[in-house]
Amino acid sequence: MPLKRGIGVSSGVVIGDALVLETDEARVPKRFVSEDQIPLEVLLLDTIFESARAEIAREREQFAARGGAELADIFGFHERWLADPKPRKEIANLIESRAFSAAYAISIFMRRYRRRFEDMGTPFLQERAKDVLDIERRLLHHIGGESRNRLEMLEQPVVIVAHDLTPSQLVALERSKRLLGFALDAGGTTSHTAIIAAGLGIPAVVGLEDISANVSSGDTIVVDGLHGVVVINPDTSQRESYAADAEHLEEVRATLDEIRELTAQTEDGTEIELLGNIEFPLEIKDCFKKGAVGIGLYRTEFLFLQDDHLPTEEEQFKVYRQAVTAVGKRPLVIRTMDLGGDKCRPGSGVHENEKNPFLGLRSIRYSLQHLTMFRAQLRAILRASAFGDVRVMFPLISRIMELRQAKFVLSLVMEDLEQEGYEFRGNIPVGVMIETPAAAICTRELARESDFMSIGTNDLIQYTLAVDRTNEKVAQLYTPADPSILRLIRGVVRDAKRCETHISLCGEMAGDPLFTILLVGMGLRTLSMAAGNLPRVKKIIRSVTRVHAERVKRRVMSFETEREVLNYLRDETRKVWSDI
Amino acid sequence: MSEKTTHSEIEVRISNVQGLHARPVMRFVDVASRFASTIRVRKDELDVDAKSPMEMMLLEAVQGTALRLVAEGDDAQQALQALADLVDSKFGED
Repeated sequence: MPLKRGIGVSSGVVIGDALVLETDEARVPKRFVSEDQIPLEVLLLDTIFESARAEIAREREQFAARGGAELADIFGFHERWLADPKPRKEIANLIESRAFSAAYAISIFMRRYRRRFEDMGTPFLQERAKDVLDIERRLLHHIGGESRNRLEMLEQPVVIVAHDLTPSQLVALERSKRLLGFALDAGGTTSHTAIIAAGLGIPAVVGLEDISANVSSGDTIVVDGLHGVVVINPDTSQRESYAADAEHLEEVRATLDEIRELTAQTEDGTEIELLGNIEFPLEIKDCFKKGAVGIGLYRTEFLFLQDDHLPTEEEQFKVYRQAVTAVGKRPLVIRTMDLGGDKCRPGSGVHENEKNPFLGLRSIRYSLQHLTMFRAQLRAILRASAFGDVRVMFPLISRIMELRQAKFVLSLVMEDLEQEGYEFRGNIPVGVMIETPAAAICTRELARESDFMSIGTNDLIQYTLAVDRTNEKVAQLYTPADPSILRLIRGVVRDAKRCETHISLCGEMAGDPLFTILLVGMGLRTLSMAAGNLPRVKKIIRSVTRVHAERVKRRVMSFETEREVLNYLRDETRKVWSDI
Repeated sequence: MSEKTTHSEIEVRISNVQGLHARPVMRFVDVASRFASTIRVRKDELDVDAKSPMEMMLLEAVQGTALRLVAEGDDAQQALQALADLVDSKFGED
């Protein structure tokens, strides 16, 4: 009955059979092994090569028997490549000198090898890069093949346990309808996978560090996303208590369903605009189902994090147009790529040498230094704007010059599009994320030059409190309830209103029902959050008056510690809705 | 002729239309592997092992490209002769 603590990313509780995914095809996690493990990893390397080679040999024979001599020859070549001792020797070197796991060493070697062809540029060798990719895929398939086959054969829903999951894997799993919940070694609340899980309402705990090594497929496992706890093989009393929790949550969900169609309005008639946060157009439906009246934050960086190539303007345009179509007449705020920090393009090499990536070349800074990419994205967004209420928002603005530069690039792109005869929304609203202390302090200046602003609390908190919440040694210091954060937010809202610039809040704080009364009291009238949080927040809004919310705010602003703030807000929130 | 040769060099020119693509590389490696000598293939600054498909793939050799073959070992001369024949036969293609 071991119990493990991690970070809960959605409020559900689930009990089910575990399925441990060793690794995956798209991304091999960077893993190190201990010194005595090294010979075993080298042995594993041989096994992987040998099983890949044997598989190809079988396929070659099948093709040869069916008369496909040419294909058989290609396979013959792959087979010889895999039998070549040279690659194994180089990979074994990586394992021995860097203590990489066999899987990771293989992926590193193959990526470097493949890049040699891609860089050469002549069509002759680019063709060859495809062969190498084929070999690479086959090897990776043999690393993770076993677990994937099991996944395809699944008949019953399971709890996935893995080192990490990519957002696209998560979405695919969710669509398979066999995913009860998941527990991961990696990640924090702001990881993309966690954000999507919260949006989809899938119970999940991340940041468990070594859960994948401590669970075997078939174990019974409890994932308590509310408390960030995972219990492996629970005893009878634990089972009963978690089953009761799950049942209670189900009841709460049912009561929330009842207000789904109703507006988010306080008892004294102040309407709050509730919007959804998304990463994929396919999440839009869920947002509307749960009561959103638009999309307040469409994070686009996922498009750039997929493995093989940068998305072209045309590819982006298709995705954005798909989003606009799904949103219909309602607003869609597209945020330009927020790359860097913890979101790096694999193999881009750009951020690998940064000592302090969160203070480095990320987000709008990255965009302004990669103008070709940035322009392509703006072109795609603008072209999509011809189809609906599209607005564009720039992330991580920390000085007014960045906003001016970004707007300048936007205006140049508009000129180009006009000359090329494309339709777009000429007066597309331009917004700024307020997520650095610098931007919060200089809200007025930014407000004068933008059409709307949105407070991104995740980064604002991390930069203001100087806390990395994925660092467990200091994670407890990370809180939206710190008086410094609350004063910053209050100031931003006040300044924005004075400048008559529309202000919203789209960080995780917006989706935490504990802060709903306070945010309404501060004067926020637009909140954007993951779909899964919408019903609760709406429930709170419909249970308070604006006058009361303002009273709560005044009281909260007088507190000196985050403890007092949290205790008071908890009490006040429970008074209006005991089921929180 | 009975004297052992330990070092041998020869220049060959790729003459098949498609150049040194996967299938010719495979044939080349197969022939090279039949000999005990170490065999290197050089082109510009590249110097690769003729018995390693991994390294041979790095050779960018189209029709007309000249390659320098260098062998060390008891059967060096025979090895290079066999490889030169293979290249001249256009790897059985065209």
